[in-house]
Amino acid sequence: MRRSAPALTAGLLAAALVMSAPVLSAASAADPGHDAAPAQSWSFLGLTGQYDKAAVRRGYQVYEQVCSTCHGMKYLRFGDLLGAGLTADQVRAVAASHQVPGGTDPDGKPVMRSATSDDPFPPALMPPGPVVPPDQSRLAAVYSGGPDRIFALLTGYGDPPHGVTPPPGLFYNRFAAGRAIAMPPPLQDGSVTYADGTKATLVQEARDVTTFLAWASDPHLGERHRTGVRAVLYLCFLIVLLVLLKRRIWNGAHRKVKGETQGP
Amino acid sequence: MSAGAGGGEREESGISGWIDSRFPVISAFRGQYIRFPMPRNLNALWTVGAMLTVVLLLMLATGITLAMNFTPTAAEAFASVEAIERRLPGGWLIRAMHMTGASLFLAALYVHLWRGLYYASYKKPREILWLFGMVLLALVMVTAFAGYVLPWGQMSYWGADVAGKAIGAVPWAGPVTERLFLGGDRPGDVTLHHLFILHFVLAFVVLGVVGLHVAALHYTGSNSPDGEVREPERTLPFHPYFTIKDGLGVAVFALIFALVLFFLPGLITEPENFRPANPLHTPANIEPEWYFLPFYAILQAVPSKFGGLVASAGAIAVLFAVPWLDRSPVRAPRLRPVYRVAMLCLPVAFMLLGLAGKHHVQGGWLYVAQLATLYYFVHFLVLMPVVSRRETMTFRGQV
Repeated sequence: MRRSAPALTAGLLAAALVMSAPVLSAASAADPGHDAAPAQSWSFLGLTGQYDKAAVRRGYQVYEQVCSTCHGMKYLRFGDLLGAGLTADQVRAVAASHQVPGGTDPDGKPVMRSATSDDPFPPALMPPGPVVPPDQSRLAAVYSGGPDRIFALLTGYGDPPHGVTPPPGLFYNRFAAGRAIAMPPPLQDGSVTYADGTKATLVQEARDVTTFLAWASDPHLGERHRTGVRAVLYLCFLIVLLVLLKRRIWNGAHRKVKGETQGP
Repeated sequence: MSAGAGGGEREESGISGWIDSRFPVISAFRGQYIRFPMPRNLNALWTVGAMLTVVLLLMLATGITLAMNFTPTAAEAFASVEAIERRLPGGWLIRAMHMTGASLFLAALYVHLWRGLYYASYKKPREILWLFGMVLLALVMVTAFAGYVLPWGQMSYWGADVAGKAIGAVPWAGPVTERLFLGGDRPGDVTLHHLFILHFVLAFVVLGVVGLHVAALHYTGSNSPDGEVREPERTLPFHPYFTIKDGLGVAVFALIFALVLFFLPGLITEPENFRPANPLHTPANIEPEWYFLPFYAILQAVPSKFGGLVASAGAIAVLFAVPWLDRSPVRAPRLRPVYRVAMLCLPVAFMLLGLAGKHHVQGGWLYVAQLATLYYFVHFLVLMPVVSRRETMTFRGQV
């Protein structure tokens, strides 16, 4: 018994450490400097979640008419909107409503032309101030807190509590880092007039644009989930067949051992 | 164990006979993959090699497709990966396969490595087989690192920065090598180009060394949970017994692969890498991919920077020496009770190192990392030689 003492000690030590793991990590939980964003129910959550395409399209309208003034989405092209359920004609119409630099005329003067499906979303119009508004191509993926916090932020402006004054040039928002943000409240009731007739309340606009941003960050989520269900079902079926086949083949081997000994 | 010229029967007639008498590929295949004798007592851990082979082929196929659509310049790399994900038909799936493949390749490789250690598959006459395997481990790690830098996101960029600084910490040759690797003071176009070529070339080097690894395996034959099996009545032909077993293993692996790829991509992606590289903004938490976390923890657990580097590289290097550190002629773990317990503690130490790395080796995790690092090296450098000697004596006493 004495011989196995070092190994036993090591084993016990390792077991003790594994069990103390939660304690070791709990100590580092710090105040994030903002209120926690309440969890929302989104259609794209869960293992088989899908985007609400109508919400994505309304969200694009909010982005185009409000957010895009300051926030670019430089990795998206107008053609990508096909993935949000727009038809090719609708995409062409949306693109054509934007003017982009079109080279120079014969006199060498820069000219503008209508955008096409292959053009990227135009850069933000407003010259950025001291704080550069982040690009929104992957915002829902990189923004700490994800869609829940984006929605909370858009609807979280309000008067600061008594005795709290946000720094000059910043707006009080209990979900922003440090509870203050340079972005003025971007959305109000009626900021847009929805093409599909949905009533444009602040909450509706915030939900729609958040769905749009989530879609832009991970546009193939729906297709991924659908393909995944098919692939997993197929593999489960294949595994069942292979298990049956393996049993059948190996049963032969077991019988061989019990009966005659296998020749060389 | 048949060796050398195939070991299968020659084809006599027809087109296959004509080919086989000039280039015995058919009889070699029959000898090596149909009649090849395998120990009949192999357990499920022996199917991991087949999983690795399949993932490697998947990595090559998806990797070539990605490379065709990738622009290896600092200005364009990130945008070209975005274009692959967003607009290349099926691009999101090809890239997801490549990313999932990288993570699960390393995961399967660690299982495969542990299997080799636990069942002492490195012992005579399999030392060269083991060394090819260790070369593969090192090559795969370099390839994985190089590949992670290519999308040129924030973690890619700062990962390359940390790697450059690590190279620079090597005395004497370090600073020059760092400048050569980075092509300047900081990661940039040259670094990205170096790593792109390195990643691409190493993929095929890995394929070649896998060929050598498998050739060595077919020369020595498989080890087994009970040690060497040579008697014909304790073996079975490779086909159909092990083709079906490997096939089932690969299918189960494919199911895990699909679950991660389609439903849990968050397990293997780092959101911060969806931000384009920004040399002016250091991310709050620079951390490597999960498969490097144990080595990252060793690096951080040692107080000196160069010492950490030596320990971290030594953790891999010591594996090369294992066939000569273990002196016992006995393979089967059930005949080696103490060694067996020590072998079970090793993955615990490895996982603790990974957890410590995940928590940036701060606070209590520093001590965990230091203890686990200590165990890791004591295991190989002290327990392995000492226990193997004592257990051999016990074993001889019993026999």
